[in-house]
Amino acid sequence: MRTVAVVGASLAGLSAARSLRKRGYDGRLVVVGAELHRPYDRPPLSKEFLAGAIGEGELALERDDEELRAEWVLGARATGLDRTERAVRLADGREIRADGVVIATGAAARTLPGTEGLAGVHVLRTLDDARALRDDLARGGRLVVIGGGFIGAEVASTAYALGLDVTVVEAAPTPLAGPLGEAMGRVVSALHTDHGVRLLCGVGVKGLGGERRVDAVLLEDGRSIPADTVVVGVGARPCVEWLEGSGVALDNGVKCGVDGRTSVAGVVAVGDCANWYDPHTGAHRRVEHWTGALERPDAAVAVLLAHGATEPGVPRPPYFWSDQYGVKIQFVGHAAGADSVTVEEGSTDDRSFLAVYRRAGRPVAVLGMNQPRLFTRRRKQFAPAAS
Amino acid sequence: MIPACRLADLPRGEAHRLDIDPPVSVFHTDDGELFAIDDTCTHQDASLADGWLEGCEVECPLHASRFDLRTGAVDAPPAKLPVRTHEVVVEDGTVYVRLSTEAPNLPPCVAARLAGGPA
Repeated sequence: MRTVAVVGASLAGLSAARSLRKRGYDGRLVVVGAELHRPYDRPPLSKEFLAGAIGEGELALERDDEELRAEWVLGARATGLDRTERAVRLADGREIRADGVVIATGAAARTLPGTEGLAGVHVLRTLDDARALRDDLARGGRLVVIGGGFIGAEVASTAYALGLDVTVVEAAPTPLAGPLGEAMGRVVSALHTDHGVRLLCGVGVKGLGGERRVDAVLLEDGRSIPADTVVVGVGARPCVEWLEGSGVALDNGVKCGVDGRTSVAGVVAVGDCANWYDPHTGAHRRVEHWTGALERPDAAVAVLLAHGATEPGVPRPPYFWSDQYGVKIQFVGHAAGADSVTVEEGSTDDRSFLAVYRRAGRPVAVLGMNQPRLFTRRRKQFAPAAS
Repeated sequence: MIPACRLADLPRGEAHRLDIDPPVSVFHTDDGELFAIDDTCTHQDASLADGWLEGCEVECPLHASRFDLRTGAVDAPPAKLPVRTHEVVVEDGTVYVRLSTEAPNLPPCVAARLAGGPA
């Protein structure tokens, strides 16, 4: 293999590039990034960076002494993949021919249709998004967060700490019910009301008010919530449009095997855009977690370098964390499909506990709030049991 | 030297945190070796004593960076800087730590707090 193109320059792409070199790949390595920035860490964008506690330099994912010997093609969006020529086409007309391709184009924040061009309305995905939101939060006033998921909740928490008047609007009856289940979704989202942040659930958003700048969020039940700044946190969609017609099978992102292999030989996919087969649940699942973007590319790179001739391993169960209102939230496994949730240490009232999700008596997930030590012990026991 | 704990009170696979500033932790590996490193992950305010000890490495309980107990080196992001290592001495069944004289690599939020700035 003489040239490998990694399309995507965030954590998953960087991890793939590192794995290539670590596994002894010595050929040409081209990393293509749609943003102009070198790889940076996204989790702080809704937390420490948004709060102003850390600056842009501290977001860098590369070490100063790191020697990846990669060609960085930044500010270049991929627009197509030619499977016969094995070439990645870029928006500016350039083509990168490669023997191996790692797809790591991530996901893009969903927006509210018809709100483009209205000042004061934000999504949060990229460093540029975070800069713009930080500037608007510095104006103070009233923030309305549309969507009670993790991004929305973290932004609400940060804005609360900055002294803003915050309201969270969630269309579902309970925020976080998807990742955490109804019962624990209720417990975790109660952090908002613990701190005097308004949480409005089970009501959709009809539209936004304001001429040039947003001044209200209009709800489907007729209410109008005054707003100086609005954050739309309603999930993300995989960035795979550029692969349509390429022969790479798509289904909620790039459809992959258990180790990132795609339907096309010599092409693997990693990170938020990759819908890997999950042997834990027997279904495909697009894991949009930081830890997955860090750990999983190594397996995909192994496949690529071995021309597909590898025994697939079993990835560690998905893990994610969140920090809200000074509380550490950690989760491992799959809440979907659990038939019971039991608090086994601490108490939900104290916002310090460990809860175990089970299906037919077998642990399938663990949630911790402010219990990093106990959570880590459980996670350690949990990982081998699931493999 | 700072006394940390009785060796008998620190089973293999466990860690003991000294609440000094910045905190230091002593790890007793499954192979019976003792190591002391700065307790705070260099990325964010997390206690490595709460982490996942495997061989001579401890994984941060929050974000999975692994630190080598022998050298303090870190393997993967988000942490980029090593932790300090400290000398461990056992005398008459007591574990002592001789602190490194190097400057610690504390995460930005903790460093700001110790300097008296905003957390």
